[in-house]
Amino acid sequence: MITRNPGSWDFHGGIHRPDMKALSAGRYLGKVPLPERLVIPLQQHIGTPAEPLVKEGDQVYKGQTLARVSEYIGAPIHAPTSGTVVEIAEHPVPHPSGLSAPCIVLQADGRDQWWDGLPEPLPWFEELDAAVLRERIRWAGVVGLGGAAFPTSVKVNPGPDRKIQTLVINGAECEPYITCDDYLMRTEADRIVEGIRVLMHVVGADECLIGIEDNKPEAIAAIKKAVAESDLATTRVVTVPTRYPMGGEKQLIKVLTGKEVPSNGIPADIGVICINVATTAAVTDAVMAGRPLLSRLVTVTGEGVRNPGNLEVPYGVPISHVIAFAGGYTDKAYKLILGGPMMGFTLQDDEVPVTKATNCLLVASRDEAPDPEPALPCIRCGRCADACPAQLLPQQLYWYARAKDLEKCQEYHLFDCIECGCCSWVCPSHIPLVQYYRFAKTETWAQEKEKQAAEEARRRHEARVERLERLERERKARLRKKKEALDKKAADPAGRKAAIDAAVQRAAERKAKRRPEEPS
Amino acid sequence: MKFPVHTSPYGRLPNDVSRVMAQVLLALVPGVIAMVWYFGWGVVINMAIATATAVAAEALVLAVRNRPVKRTLSDLSAVVTAVLLAIALPPLLPWWLTVLGTLFAIVFVKHLYGGLGYNPFNPAMAAYVLLLISFPVDMTRWLPPEMLAEVRLDFLQTLYVIFTGTLPDALTWDAVTSATPLDEMRTHLEFNETISEIRQSPLWGDFGGRGWEWVGNWFLLGGLFLLWRRVIAWQIPAGVLAGLLLSAGFFWMLDPETVPFPAFHLFSGGTILGAFFIATDPVTASTTPRGRLIYGFLIGVIVFVIRTWGGYPDAVAFAVLMMNMAAPTIDYYTRPRVFGTGRRDDE
Repeated sequence: MITRNPGSWDFHGGIHRPDMKALSAGRYLGKVPLPERLVIPLQQHIGTPAEPLVKEGDQVYKGQTLARVSEYIGAPIHAPTSGTVVEIAEHPVPHPSGLSAPCIVLQADGRDQWWDGLPEPLPWFEELDAAVLRERIRWAGVVGLGGAAFPTSVKVNPGPDRKIQTLVINGAECEPYITCDDYLMRTEADRIVEGIRVLMHVVGADECLIGIEDNKPEAIAAIKKAVAESDLATTRVVTVPTRYPMGGEKQLIKVLTGKEVPSNGIPADIGVICINVATTAAVTDAVMAGRPLLSRLVTVTGEGVRNPGNLEVPYGVPISHVIAFAGGYTDKAYKLILGGPMMGFTLQDDEVPVTKATNCLLVASRDEAPDPEPALPCIRCGRCADACPAQLLPQQLYWYARAKDLEKCQEYHLFDCIECGCCSWVCPSHIPLVQYYRFAKTETWAQEKEKQAAEEARRRHEARVERLERLERERKARLRKKKEALDKKAADPAGRKAAIDAAVQRAAERKAKRRPEEPS
Repeated sequence: MKFPVHTSPYGRLPNDVSRVMAQVLLALVPGVIAMVWYFGWGVVINMAIATATAVAAEALVLAVRNRPVKRTLSDLSAVVTAVLLAIALPPLLPWWLTVLGTLFAIVFVKHLYGGLGYNPFNPAMAAYVLLLISFPVDMTRWLPPEMLAEVRLDFLQTLYVIFTGTLPDALTWDAVTSATPLDEMRTHLEFNETISEIRQSPLWGDFGGRGWEWVGNWFLLGGLFLLWRRVIAWQIPAGVLAGLLLSAGFFWMLDPETVPFPAFHLFSGGTILGAFFIATDPVTASTTPRGRLIYGFLIGVIVFVIRTWGGYPDAVAFAVLMMNMAAPTIDYYTRPRVFGTGRRDDE
């Protein structure tokens, strides 16, 4: 089935703010030269961390699998260049709390030599089974490059019960400042279109809708041209209005198809799969070239960096190195934000590596990211509810989150919050609302875990009591049987005499046996 | 390099409470000018007394409560409360009643419940009702509009009356003051006069009382400004006006000679001010879109009921306070449909 009038729907709320994309749009600074040491986190995705396949001292080659995954939700990690594994240890990773996590540290040898174990390209993918292609995508370590880093092989496997009608390609890039998807669409439209062909085949979609915000006319033109020149008959480029968070998966799907992803559900439940443009290009590399995911386009921007633009960055390169390549910091550099200004987070330190989820490094000036003003009380003006794309009541959720009333939070659909930040943005009292919701979510998870642990303990305790009772019952039953047998014997005088004789004899035998060991 | 951290979103936030309150004050300007035009300087003097009292009282309470004084005062919410109360008060009200009302609004209704954002009742309206019930004579002593006034007090005379409680020599209260049109209508209806008979009096303009209806128009202008700036949501004023017009219209159609026509209600008393400036106080109103419509609608209905059958000529304050009590319940039952759920939230 084909969607009629795609893009004619709307989502509730959202915000407009200056997109600030002109700073970096269309500017390419080149591929960041490899530093001597790469720090490659084992977890760059949602799911289980990868398990190292190499050990310290191993020589590895570009594209070689460094770590694999055994769980379904996860992605392997590959060597961005050739060199020696010098360490497998905890290092600081890009995380809001400045956490450390297991990383493979690679000493580059400068030869950038490809691995000879790379799989063959599959340009005849249309003759192959979807499972084979999913396995290839999984092998290549492809994850959502829009920032969420969810394993793509999982996403393109809706299961046998879900028929996929529409493949949505997300080129909205609604976060202010970020332009890496825009640049990719302008310059690599063919690669994206190629990926669409692969994905359409993998998920068995009837049609493909590519959503791009109307502030990217060059990208729209480039993709339109590439689609027109391809053999994709049911693929349409849909220009969508520029409004944050248009690029939110649920919002874009609603605008393009008119369908709402159910609360607690996934897009596949309504026959839709949504993939980001950069991810689509990575799928092309994996299938058509047999290349794993080794680097990505990163937007480096803000008033705090001398030379804003887009760069190709291999995974594991320290952010400080990337910034230096973009001309270094200006005097105005005040905050280092990973991601965009709406959903990104500040980093304490630039000595952390670029990962698969790093779409933007925003070096903001004091003017661009002023310190938060102290929050005033909520005046219940309801602007947050007007802005909420999930149609929640943030003002109510705020009360309950503050009061730690997690049950009420659930009742008000806390888990439908996509943490887009629109409520915090419009709040006249400057309350960090999203922060409260994140807290309430974490609390709920912790409580659920605790409840599960308590439940488990209770089950074990009950099982033990049950077991003890059973043993006791069995013992009693045995005793009763024995007693009955004895009673029966006792009732018969001859038998009784025989029993006593037998017992006397047993005792004598025991005595005789024990005697040699006894001290004389 | 090391950087400071805090949570998203980043950037200069577009809204703040002070700006919201300042816009409300700005929106009141045309209406207040009209009041000065028709009823003299009293309203301005009352505003000055109330504002000074409110700011002083809030500063004191904040100091006692160990809260930041300057920052909280700069949110301007106390000033808005004071100004709204002053507008509702008769222009020649003795100064100490204005002070009393303002103190009650700020100290009791607002801060004893926790200050801005925590008060269940509209402070200005609670204070108005306190004064109306305790000092009914002073609170119903309004002035005739400028075109009907036999005597007009100048600024100094007004000041004199407010601060001494006595009129300048050779003037009597009867000569200076007059009932409000709502009061007038009510009294005459009680004498079993018909609407057409009552409207023979020079007191009446096109719809409501002369002068009064124009004050309403100017407040309406301010209200439209607030709608345009999205300081207030359209549902509450629309609800109030619809509730009042529909209930008034229904009874007027039954008996047009003893029930004033709907537009009369719209342009009399505190209807417009109440619909756009009082009922829309976000802290004490309903906060869901459907809830706001219901909240406003019921205020409109209650205003009509009290004006028609109750003991007071106007009823905006009572209606607002009553609906303040109902707001949390209304909110609970009017939660909007959440994205990705069925048509209604049936949990």
